[in-house]
Amino acid sequence: MGLLNKLDDPFEGGGVLLGTVEDVLNWGRSKSDWYLHFGLACCAIEFMAMNASHFDFMRFGTIPRTSPRQADFIMITGTVTLKMAERIKILWEQMAEPKYCMSIGSCSNSGGPYWEHGYHVLKGVDRIIPVDVYVPGCPPRPEAMQEGMVKLQKMISEQAIFNKRKRMAEIDKQNEIK
Amino acid sequence: MAEKKTFEMEYSKVDTERMRLNVGPQHPSTHGVLRLEVELDGEIVTEVVPHMGYLHRCFEKHCEAMTYPQCIPYIDRLDYISSMNNEWPYVMGVEKLMGIEVPERVEYIRVIMAELNRIANHQIAVATFGLDAGAFTPFLYYFRDREEILAILEKASGGRLLYNYFWVGGLAADVHPTFKQECLDVIKHIRATNAEVTNLLIYNKIFIDRTANVGILPADVAINFGCSGPVLRGSGFPLDLRRAEPYSIYDRFDFNVVVGKGEVGTLGDCWDRNIVRMGEMEESCKIIEQAIAQMPDTGDVQEKLPKKIRIPKSEILSRAESPKGDLGFYIVGNGTDKPERLRCRATSFINLSVLPEISKGYMIADLILILGSIDIVLGEVDR
Repeated sequence: MGLLNKLDDPFEGGGVLLGTVEDVLNWGRSKSDWYLHFGLACCAIEFMAMNASHFDFMRFGTIPRTSPRQADFIMITGTVTLKMAERIKILWEQMAEPKYCMSIGSCSNSGGPYWEHGYHVLKGVDRIIPVDVYVPGCPPRPEAMQEGMVKLQKMISEQAIFNKRKRMAEIDKQNEIK
Repeated sequence: MAEKKTFEMEYSKVDTERMRLNVGPQHPSTHGVLRLEVELDGEIVTEVVPHMGYLHRCFEKHCEAMTYPQCIPYIDRLDYISSMNNEWPYVMGVEKLMGIEVPERVEYIRVIMAELNRIANHQIAVATFGLDAGAFTPFLYYFRDREEILAILEKASGGRLLYNYFWVGGLAADVHPTFKQECLDVIKHIRATNAEVTNLLIYNKIFIDRTANVGILPADVAINFGCSGPVLRGSGFPLDLRRAEPYSIYDRFDFNVVVGKGEVGTLGDCWDRNIVRMGEMEESCKIIEQAIAQMPDTGDVQEKLPKKIRIPKSEILSRAESPKGDLGFYIVGNGTDKPERLRCRATSFINLSVLPEISKGYMIADLILILGSIDIVLGEVDR
């Protein structure tokens, strides 16, 4: 976090803070992510446990929303069936940019235990919507889900907002396979 | 006075339009991915049509392709809140077909684990029912206590939610040395929280006003629909498989079958179904205490594990009392190590079928409460 490092070393006399607009925006965006909770199966019970008193998910600045219009990211917790996949796609399209997706549990990562004979199970939610963070486990422990949240916050705080195309092109150039 | 009369007459003439409302599938109050198609007259519910299949995970197809021990993890994932109780009837059925006599220590550990899991299930049921009625505090209290139960189950089996702990002929692992003391400690906390919640929620005036005389299910209707568990016992009918057909070692314990009495409203309303769950937590605590006192200290929990599980051409319906009710598995063997067919009598599915019957004529806010009082798990409904 660029901004917080600069807080430790202010100008003489204090009161001046140097930072880019991007740092401030990303700091705010990453520390108050509201999520659309999409509880589907067993992972949703672990998710409830994570939200409750013992693990207290809200200290990450997250608030559960039930409407996709108010959500910053979507949490897919559980087995995605073919019947449900249409609904997830609709809800994902209703969300406002910038939006992120967190896939929790083996089922939504890859089909999990149902990948071989599950004729009604979608083999991974990334086949219909782009996923940013995968949390493995069947079901993942609440600590693992919180680790996923930390990863997502880190990802958001390092994102480019201005001159996005130009900077992305530079990054692509660096990563180009020679 | 005359004005009021004309107003009433005009009001009665107002033609309200019937509205069809879609509740779910992604809705925080439907306890999973259930979709309810509701027909409303104003705010009164006139028709409810549940639509299922949003979590159909092909359980029976999987079991035809898996060997008998491999089926157990899929059975865990049916009713994922009470996995231990799900495994039990299946494992009992296979043991009966193979003629395995389980060691006594295993039986006692199974009883303790199943009852701990039953308490955890009822804690979630009461907590989410409180959430539906607008009470957030019991949810936080119960999830604090539930972590202690899960810690015991995790130490024994390695999993917090899905255990794969009951194996055919024994257990996956022996319990840890401090198991008995930890169980006794957790029972103290459970009882303290239950007393607190009884004051905070159960006999709260607002909660009684919301839940009493709502969703009345008479005992004859419940029996006709095949309901079981707290839904049936809430209507005053004392059917509990642990007492009616004692399986395992349940005939050795002294416990009451809790039934609804219509204490604050009509017999069989939402409040009664909820108080049955509260009472069953106390009864489970009693069973655990007795089981811990009687349990043998030593013994190999894996001595009766069969080397190879093959079932001859035979079939069995094995039943046990899960927290949701009467859970059954119909196992058909064909001489190989894979079942020919494995059918699950899903309790939640059958209990859910009564919802359209008992929710007609109530407000739409009450519909959510009635659904919460039935305590369904969609993993078991859709399978």
